[in-house]
Amino acid sequence: MGQWAGYLQLILDGAVVTIKLTLMGSALALVMAFLAGLGRLSHIAPVRWLATAYIEFFRGTSIFVQLFWAYFVLPLFGFTLTPLQAGVLALGLNVGAYAAEVVRGAIKSIGKEQYEACTALNFNRWQGLRHVILPQAFVLMLPTFGNNAIELLKASAVVSLISLSDMTFQAQVVRAQTGSTLFPFLTILILYFAIACVISFAIRGLERRLTRGLDGMRT
Amino acid sequence: MPPTNTAPIIEINGINKSFGAFKVLNDLSFSVAPREKLALIGPSGSGKTTILRILMTLEGIDSGEIIVDGESLYQMQRNGKLQPADDTHLHKMREKIGMVFQLFNLFPHKCVLDNVTLAPMLTKGVARKDAERHAMELLDMVGLADKAKSMPSQLSGGQKQRVAIARALALKPKIMLFDEVTSALDPELVEEVLNVLWKLCRETDMTMLLVTHEMGFAHDFADRVLFFDRGRIVEDGKPDEIFRHPKQERTQAFLKKIIAAGHRV
Repeated sequence: MGQWAGYLQLILDGAVVTIKLTLMGSALALVMAFLAGLGRLSHIAPVRWLATAYIEFFRGTSIFVQLFWAYFVLPLFGFTLTPLQAGVLALGLNVGAYAAEVVRGAIKSIGKEQYEACTALNFNRWQGLRHVILPQAFVLMLPTFGNNAIELLKASAVVSLISLSDMTFQAQVVRAQTGSTLFPFLTILILYFAIACVISFAIRGLERRLTRGLDGMRT
Repeated sequence: MPPTNTAPIIEINGINKSFGAFKVLNDLSFSVAPREKLALIGPSGSGKTTILRILMTLEGIDSGEIIVDGESLYQMQRNGKLQPADDTHLHKMREKIGMVFQLFNLFPHKCVLDNVTLAPMLTKGVARKDAERHAMELLDMVGLADKAKSMPSQLSGGQKQRVAIARALALKPKIMLFDEVTSALDPELVEEVLNVLWKLCRETDMTMLLVTHEMGFAHDFADRVLFFDRGRIVEDGKPDEIFRHPKQERTQAFLKKIIAAGHRV
């Protein structure tokens, strides 16, 4: 029993790395999502092209390949990253590309009448976006952002391939040392699920808070 | 009553506007005197709403010229030449004009008070305290001071429209455009909105353009009525002339149809 406690500790150490990756990756993904999502709606054509290129490239290539580029290829050009930095970069850019389309879609779904009210009240483009369009669009983005964050959590397991000791990496260590597959992989199965549940609940809570009073039912 | 011998606040000279193959406005010209209350009536698709949307810069024009308060709306002087208006020019011109929409277009995520204070704070840099004081005066004027903290979703259609009127007034425009502001309301809610318009009509100096199907109200409210059909003004005159003694056949036919539909004239 004491032996398993030691191994469990190893896996929990890995869980901390996984949570760190998920939080930092999600933060980067959120920033990228808004930059690229708004970029695609820009009136300036080169900005639109740049945003589109980013989205298509990072959606269209595998996270696995992106991670290897970040960790093994960038150093050849003089950018050396720690495994954690490389992991956050690859995960954030990859998931950010998906989430950018969520940002764009949500903004586009806000009715024309809201934009017209902004014009009639003489807001400039940024004021209308900042105070009228984005607050309403953000509520619509949230459920899909929740999906994206959970996707990112699960995709974070690939970092074990660049020797970052995340939860999956530690499970493999435990498996190698004990020969048991059931214990480590059942443990991380439960842990991944638990973290995903926390993300789910947090997003739902946020959604409830932000939609309070919006439709007259939830006040 | 409209003053005479003053320069018009709005001059529309020969404007054309098409949506695809459909010609909405056809070489249209008219002018509006300062403080004049103008009713625009006519069948749907006749172009009356498009006029308001063009004045609010929500739609552009294909050709022609619009002068608002002495300045071209869609053109500006730069280096001694007339050029298409840029954002700065449009921003300046929009300060003179306010608009109320058929479907209210309130901001659903903001309470009534914030709906009214947002624009003065953002576009004129009014301090929150002053914006709120002015907003409360306006809400009081439209009879909704007690709803300041309510969300739009908690209001009836008539209340929403009264908030929308207060919101537009908060920017103190010289010209107010009302685009079928009672058309989306249940019949029993129409009157509370018309009462507010009536109050504005009597108590303020604003120039008001009202697109409406409420012929009885248009008759009492307006100094002048324009009857539109197919993108042109068919008849232009005092309410009594238009409603009691229309000269044009098309005006007569339209009014007959409206009366048959149960509207009071």
